[in-house]
Amino acid sequence: MDGQGEEGLASKGSRTGSGNGSAGAEAQPRRLYFYPFFLTFIIMFVVWVFLSGKFDPFHMSLGLVSCAIVSYLSADLLFPSRVTKGAFGQWLRFVKYIPWLLIQIVKASLHVTYLVFHPRMMDLIDPRIIKFRSKLTSDLALVTFANSITLTPGTITVYVSVDGDFKVHAIDKASGDPLPGEMEAKISKTFGEV
Amino acid sequence: MDVVVVLFLFAGLFFFTGGAIGILRFPDFYSRLHPAGKLDTLGLLLSMIALALFNLHHFSLGTVLTSAKIIIIVVFVFLASPTATHAIVDAGVRAGLGPWTKGEQRR
Repeated sequence: MDGQGEEGLASKGSRTGSGNGSAGAEAQPRRLYFYPFFLTFIIMFVVWVFLSGKFDPFHMSLGLVSCAIVSYLSADLLFPSRVTKGAFGQWLRFVKYIPWLLIQIVKASLHVTYLVFHPRMMDLIDPRIIKFRSKLTSDLALVTFANSITLTPGTITVYVSVDGDFKVHAIDKASGDPLPGEMEAKISKTFGEV
Repeated sequence: MDVVVVLFLFAGLFFFTGGAIGILRFPDFYSRLHPAGKLDTLGLLLSMIALALFNLHHFSLGTVLTSAKIIIIVVFVFLASPTATHAIVDAGVRAGLGPWTKGEQRR
């Protein structure tokens, strides 16, 4: 996507700028460069403490050193573009989206289980491929949408293009009909798209 | 508490069973992936919640960490399972396998 490429270039430019000196004009890019590093470091360290479960100084210092190295190497992998102000709110909205998705998964799972155990299953199912065009634009929103479709039983994403063309395999008419509909609306709200 | 754990476990096993029978009963490659990829995910979610609750029986920092790790497994499967399903479907499409439609012979 063009917009993201430009952003990547811009952040690269600011990084080389931040290495040169610490004049007042360059305080802003420097802060933007260190912010992802510390965020990555904190996430890494929380995961380390979680997984190790040991709190003695030896293991903690091992964790500190390795987390520092890893987040130095991969800070721009986890946060490829500059962190914008809306990122935190976006995470909050994403967390709010998960329970709704879980409810949809349970409802659709019950439907598919009903189909599986039905004696005349072959008459009930009617597999089809649905094509539609999504309004979503950003990569992350499209990936979330595709994975959400695949997670709800009865529908599998077969193909997604960068422009938002979807091909979805649905097990019967009832599973495929609600798409894109409510799920797309929820996701476009989550990622702040119109 | 034990009642809740047993209920969750049985609900999980119910969906696992549905997934296994669905793989056998559905007519073709694509429709078999529906129970294979997704009912298993829900079954895993329910049974892992049951295990995490059961593990909290003796409440201490160690058991909380173990339960948190169990939940992390669920999160990982929720990310990995649709991706893997999508990869399998994509392989089928690339190999030129058409989806089964109503009225055809079982494959």
